[in-house]
Amino acid sequence: MVALTGGMFATGDTTPRLGIDLAGGTTITLKAKAEPGKESAVNETNMNTAVGIIERRVNGLGVSEAEVQTQGREHIIVNIPKGTDSEQARKQVGTTAQLYFRPVLTVAAGGVTPEPKPSASESGKGASDKDAKSDKDTEKATDGKKADDADKASSSAGEPSDSPTTQGRAVTEALRAPAADPTGSPKAAESSKAPESPAADPAASAEMTALEKQFTALNCQDEKARTALSDTTRPEKTAVACGKNSAGQWEKYILGPAEVDGKDVDDAKGQLDQQRGMWIVTMDFTSSGAKKFQKITSKLSQQQSPQNQFAIVLDGEVMSAPQVNQTLSANAEISGNFNQDSAQELGNMLSYGALPLTFSEESVTTVSAALGDEQLKAGLIAGAIGLALVVIYLVVYYRGLALIALLSLLASALLTYALMSLLGPAIGFALNLPAVCGAIVAIGITADSFIVYFERVRDEIREGRTLRPAVERAWPRARRTILVSDFVSFLAAAVLFVVTVGKVQGFAFTLGLTTLLDVVVVFFFTKPLMTLAARTKFFSSGRPWSGLDPQRLGAKPPLRRSRRTSAVPTAPKEA
Amino acid sequence: MSRLGTIGARLYRGEIGYDFVAKRKFWYAVSILITITAIVGLAVRGLNMGIEFKGGAVFTTPKTSVSVAQATEYAEEASGHIAIVQKLGNDTLRIQVSDLDTAAASKAKIQLAQDMKMDPDKINSELVGPSWGEQIANKAWTGLAVFMILVVIYLAIAFEWRMAVAALIALIHDLTITVGVYALVGFEVTPGTVIGLLTILGYSLYDTVVVFDGLKEGAVGITKQTRFTYSELANRSLNATLVRSINTTVVALLPVAGLLFIGGGFLGAGMLNDISLSLFVGLAAGAYSSIFIATPLVADLKERDPQMKALKKRILAKREAAAARGESPDGEDSDQYDESGEYEDALPGDVAPAGAGAVVSPRNDRGRGRSSGRRR
Repeated sequence: MVALTGGMFATGDTTPRLGIDLAGGTTITLKAKAEPGKESAVNETNMNTAVGIIERRVNGLGVSEAEVQTQGREHIIVNIPKGTDSEQARKQVGTTAQLYFRPVLTVAAGGVTPEPKPSASESGKGASDKDAKSDKDTEKATDGKKADDADKASSSAGEPSDSPTTQGRAVTEALRAPAADPTGSPKAAESSKAPESPAADPAASAEMTALEKQFTALNCQDEKARTALSDTTRPEKTAVACGKNSAGQWEKYILGPAEVDGKDVDDAKGQLDQQRGMWIVTMDFTSSGAKKFQKITSKLSQQQSPQNQFAIVLDGEVMSAPQVNQTLSANAEISGNFNQDSAQELGNMLSYGALPLTFSEESVTTVSAALGDEQLKAGLIAGAIGLALVVIYLVVYYRGLALIALLSLLASALLTYALMSLLGPAIGFALNLPAVCGAIVAIGITADSFIVYFERVRDEIREGRTLRPAVERAWPRARRTILVSDFVSFLAAAVLFVVTVGKVQGFAFTLGLTTLLDVVVVFFFTKPLMTLAARTKFFSSGRPWSGLDPQRLGAKPPLRRSRRTSAVPTAPKEA
Repeated sequence: MSRLGTIGARLYRGEIGYDFVAKRKFWYAVSILITITAIVGLAVRGLNMGIEFKGGAVFTTPKTSVSVAQATEYAEEASGHIAIVQKLGNDTLRIQVSDLDTAAASKAKIQLAQDMKMDPDKINSELVGPSWGEQIANKAWTGLAVFMILVVIYLAIAFEWRMAVAALIALIHDLTITVGVYALVGFEVTPGTVIGLLTILGYSLYDTVVVFDGLKEGAVGITKQTRFTYSELANRSLNATLVRSINTTVVALLPVAGLLFIGGGFLGAGMLNDISLSLFVGLAAGAYSSIFIATPLVADLKERDPQMKALKKRILAKREAAAARGESPDGEDSDQYDESGEYEDALPGDVAPAGAGAVVSPRNDRGRGRSSGRRR
């Protein structure tokens, strides 16, 4: 407890973070982008799915009290409480939208390829850059080979590019039904993708040439270029994309059409592979996703590097481009140069990344508290009065024992406060008004445990024991009662935390926390205090004001001594 | 309070008491009546779900100097519903009001514009979706179901299945009553309400478990004695732990009462009302049901157990025999059962000399509290 309180002051987080209803925060308005020809995709179902996914993203643990809701037909509002890293939240929220798995056709280093002539310079730069960085990158192919392939792919634009495109087309046809939303009209896609050649020539070679040009000119280090790119990428088309490799350097890719999309991923997480001692990302696909994935991987595993890689593209950006060595199906893992953070991040993106719509950020602005200070104050004042009443009641009924109860209550309140303060920055825990009320009530419920114990002690005294043995004998029985009841509360908290999402989860967290604190306080504070108190003259002599006066408790030992050979008949008197 | 202490002692020893178990039919009836009222209220009036659950209208005003609190008041007046008002960074207001159709929304908008002295055309109104979507609600239901199953299993292991069933019934009883009160009072259901309701989930069971724990202890070795039937023992444990139950309830209710009557009532904090109302009703119902419903239910179920039936038979036979022999029941002793005349088992009272088994009772009532069940 001292450590906790100390920690609270040491980190300077001396106040709990307040939820958006009490402290306000940031509000982000997102607008669903109606894709040309697919306006109907912006419908209620998709919007609600998107709300659910965004909610999970910003409120992963359920304790940060972020709110997500639709507004009008095509807007989503995200409210984030003050004190959250709003930059990070913005990144999590809206712009990261769609997830696709695409085959890699070409990879190169991320800068502008200086010469307009693609082949020579491209391969040179690509190779040298690759040499420098990708040997530690086990997700990717070995350097020389990759550079060669890159070279080949980009230099001889006409011939080999034909095949991936047609191949891509065929797959697109196959994919069209399941991948409902992303089918933009080819024309629009074309023109935005290659602004230099506005003539939307459907001929594969022309398209590829345009792509080549774009690829060469692309500078992945330029954020604007990247944004422009991700805005224009169409999943069913061959496209260029940027991505960081695991060494943190930008690379650019030419990617085939999307073969599997984010909706096909059932679940994914970053895990520590115990055997190899490295972080990996495991993926489970849905049944239809597994089929698609099997198809793409069986094809890819036969290819040369880099064409045996598939890129995981999130909102136009390549998140990872693992190599495929064998045909895979429903379960797959990505191993590579991950650390815990990057593995878990990729896992999150894979499982939550599949927003059914693309969103653009329309506005970001601060938002005031809806309830504000006066409500919080009213709550705190009312709570304080309520607790004062509890104290008065305890004093009237338990007299001296109330002191122990009061100290325990204070300890419990202090612990709750310190933990909540510390958890704010640690896991984004934020208190809203219901939680504040809950905490006040929880303190009252904690007092129940003391009462259970006190009543036990009094029962023992009624049976004729002196205080010290009574305190010790009462403890195991009271302890059992307290543990059983607290276990039920904790069970409620644990189940709700695991099963639910959003605010219910946040509540479950608070409930579990206060229940644990209850046990901690009773075990390590109330009980020792009681033992100590039993040694003092005031309590052990059974003064009327101690609350443990045997006579007042109605202990009448002589009348039933016959049954209890072990008890000292005159116990209360001698005390 | 010394008198309270004495009462506590007398309750503990079973000198005085209220026969909860014998009067159970009355309390069952009361509970069924309340529950039916709650369900009817729920069916007829339905729950007034807040904007967080079903969305509503959102008005965005132009730049204004009206404060959040003032705007809340205006909006609630104009719409008749709880409003959520937030000030945005550029000094415009975002006002969300639940349950308005388009016509009502435009009316509210005009009213709002008048109150805030601005041009109605400048107020932008749109429909807003729920922030507490169906997904959250569904998962909460799943969670509730999973929890109930697990808690029944746990209680069945820690105590026995009868207690688990009784605890579950008591829990459902509490939740129904609380939800019913919301339907009848017409308060808007907010996330705060739901959270209050879930708090009850834990608390109601906590209370019940404390009572059951006493009961379990009291019933140890019940088959080895022939003085009390299970129902009588249950009643005895209930009375012995009554002080504890009352105290724990009072102590849990006081802070909630503070929130409800002082915070919500005097300080006029609307949001506090709906959180603390559900807590207050639920906690009160939880305490009531653990004493008046859960334990009698256990006794009812338990009396169907062949062992307990046999025990009851033995006891009745013995009492009859004692009565036939004309042994007068100990006068002092029967006061506990005086008020429950219809409970025939109890009538003959103490049969001290015939006490078989562990119970040896030299004199009247004290012996009763010392039934073998008391010892561990």
